[in-house]
Amino acid sequence: MKQQQTPTSEARAAGLTLRGIVKHFGPTRVLDGVDLDIRPGEFLTLVGPSGCGKSTLLRIIAGLEAQSAGSVTIGGRSVDALPPSERDVAMVFQSYALYPHMSVAANIASPLELRRLSLFERLPLLRWLSPRRPRVMREIMTEVRAMAGQLQLEGLLDRRPAQLSGGQRQRVALGRAMVRRPAAFLMDEPLSNLDAKLRVHMRTELAELHARLGATFVYVTHDQIEAMTMSDRVALMDKGRILQLGTPSELYDTPADVTVARFIGSPPINLLEVEASAGGVIRMAGLALRAPGPGRYTIGIRPEALHLGRAAPGLLAARLRRAENLGAEWLLHAETEEGAPLAIRMTAAEHAAADALIGQVLHLSASRAGVHLFGPDGRRVAVEAAVEAPA
Amino acid sequence: MRRGLVPRLLAHAVLLLGAVVMLAPFVWMLLTSIRPAEEVFGAVFNPIPGRFAAPENYARAWNEGNLPRAMLNGAIVCLGILAVQLLAAIPASFALAKLRFRGRGMLFGLVLFGLCVPIQVPALPLYLGLAHAGLLDTYFALMAPFFLTVFGMFLFRQFFRAYPDEVLDAARLDGMGEFEIVWRLATPAALPAIAAFSVFSVVAHWNDLYWPLIVVTSSELATPPLGILAFRDTESGGNYGALMAGAALVTAPLVLAFLVARRAFLRGITMTGLR
Ligand SMILES: Nc1ncnc2c1ncn2[C@@H]1O[C@H](COP(=O)(O)OP(=O)(O)O)[C@@H](O)[C@H]1O
Ligand SMILES: [Mg+2]
Repeated sequence: MKQQQTPTSEARAAGLTLRGIVKHFGPTRVLDGVDLDIRPGEFLTLVGPSGCGKSTLLRIIAGLEAQSAGSVTIGGRSVDALPPSERDVAMVFQSYALYPHMSVAANIASPLELRRLSLFERLPLLRWLSPRRPRVMREIMTEVRAMAGQLQLEGLLDRRPAQLSGGQRQRVALGRAMVRRPAAFLMDEPLSNLDAKLRVHMRTELAELHARLGATFVYVTHDQIEAMTMSDRVALMDKGRILQLGTPSELYDTPADVTVARFIGSPPINLLEVEASAGGVIRMAGLALRAPGPGRYTIGIRPEALHLGRAAPGLLAARLRRAENLGAEWLLHAETEEGAPLAIRMTAAEHAAADALIGQVLHLSASRAGVHLFGPDGRRVAVEAAVEAPA
Repeated sequence: MRRGLVPRLLAHAVLLLGAVVMLAPFVWMLLTSIRPAEEVFGAVFNPIPGRFAAPENYARAWNEGNLPRAMLNGAIVCLGILAVQLLAAIPASFALAKLRFRGRGMLFGLVLFGLCVPIQVPALPLYLGLAHAGLLDTYFALMAPFFLTVFGMFLFRQFFRAYPDEVLDAARLDGMGEFEIVWRLATPAALPAIAAFSVFSVVAHWNDLYWPLIVVTSSELATPPLGILAFRDTESGGNYGALMAGAALVTAPLVLAFLVARRAFLRGITMTGLR
């Protein structure tokens, strides 16, 4: 996961505070009381399934959408009454949203022109009457060229967006956002229109850019890998609420909710229905766990926490259906006696040692760290120190 | 789409026939305009005139009637109408297409309703209003009823709806106001639709006889059709050669304008789904 670097340029980073954000579209409640504190200079990712309200939340922060209730503070200043342009945030959109009939240079210059020239100085014809306009425009163009240099766009300044590749458009959109030196960047799935290879490359570039600028990044994606690889912290959203906020490791290692566990991790976590005995003891895959009480629980086992063993009582038996060779590791797909699918991940060496054949019954044990227990409401259940499993 | 020779020939024949039917009056007009008066109703039909009378016909049409003045008036009226139409319809249709506000659906319903109302319906109240305001027989009276164009609003709205919302949002974050968005972002994108609409508007008002006939009495304000009408009256003998020369002169600017704007016009029609 991502390393922390010290910002090199002078940082302009604002913290963002969301309090009780609610949004209705007609009768449908899209955001259901979102509270979030984003630290200055942090790379925070909002991740969640499509339609869970990520874009709406981002648009409320930007001021493009008015919240039905709640308040937004940027850099300690309440922005609820401010228009988007005065909130000191820049946004990068999924479609890049470049001005189609303007050159790359004009696109990047546009936020500066709009800030430094009066309406009068932007009007056709009349603008030539302004004595200071030529000087201001020269300054702006110097900054635009510097920005283009940073983003490897030098030769393209006279092109129209339609004449650029997807990656180039992406960089122009970044340039238009960066040239203003905003205190926070809002990005709504900026990589999802790129092909897979470029997407992986841009992940690194964005993380480096964040480190270099030192600004606050609020990044929206439905791709958990993007969230895990780039972020300082991740807020996982579902149905208009934040289910868990934490570092990528916290989300992976201690999911607060079964939805979080299901969403984070690839291949996804294995989920099995289990019954706790009267004493609250759950026996599963060689482990004995003590739950708070009897009843039905969902147990989640990460694919890498399952290990092949010899037939022994208490182990989880599953029939091997398919094996995928991923090079350095193998992914086995098996099925329990109850018909639940199981994914098992192991190194190539482990796989070679085990010689698992398709159709054979595997006996699986689980390591404690990769096992999570969830109650009937889906929330994580604290598991007390495991009792010794009888042999 | 390869089809057999016979069906294609047939299709072309039908199209050709349509073209001939549409073009015949114009050809007839041009042929008559270069014919001396005595040949117009000659006993034998001869497409090529015996005596080439174009110079005298066109000179009479230009000099004796009020045509130059009428065409100048036509230009003033058409451009005046078009300018106000665009200034009003572009922001209005942008609001209908892209802004969310209470009553938007109803307002757009009114626009659609307005499309169904011909000018003859409000003609009388408009006339009375202008009469009471003492504005009859002015340029304003010629132009005012057409300043607000529901057709233009409908056309531009369809066009603006296809404009990407994210670009508008980006502009709002950059600091553009809504009017600046309309004129600097939406309008350049809508140029084909604007060109198409301009052709419709100019043709309609250049050729309009009904409304100028109602509100204008003085010959200084005559529009091109009124000019032709007046020319026919003064020429009561019925010099059809000169009359057709006048008609050809009046039609010429439109044909030229269409040829210049044809590309944009066709693109506008196809892109707004008006086909
Ligand atoms: N302008 C709108 N009008 C009505 N419903 C909307 C509007 N914008 C978004 N929604 C609805 O709000 C929900 C959340 O949308 P969105 O924030 O775009 O989700 P996400 O970005 O997480 O995919 C969706 O169900 C969507 O249909
Ligand atoms: Mg979205």
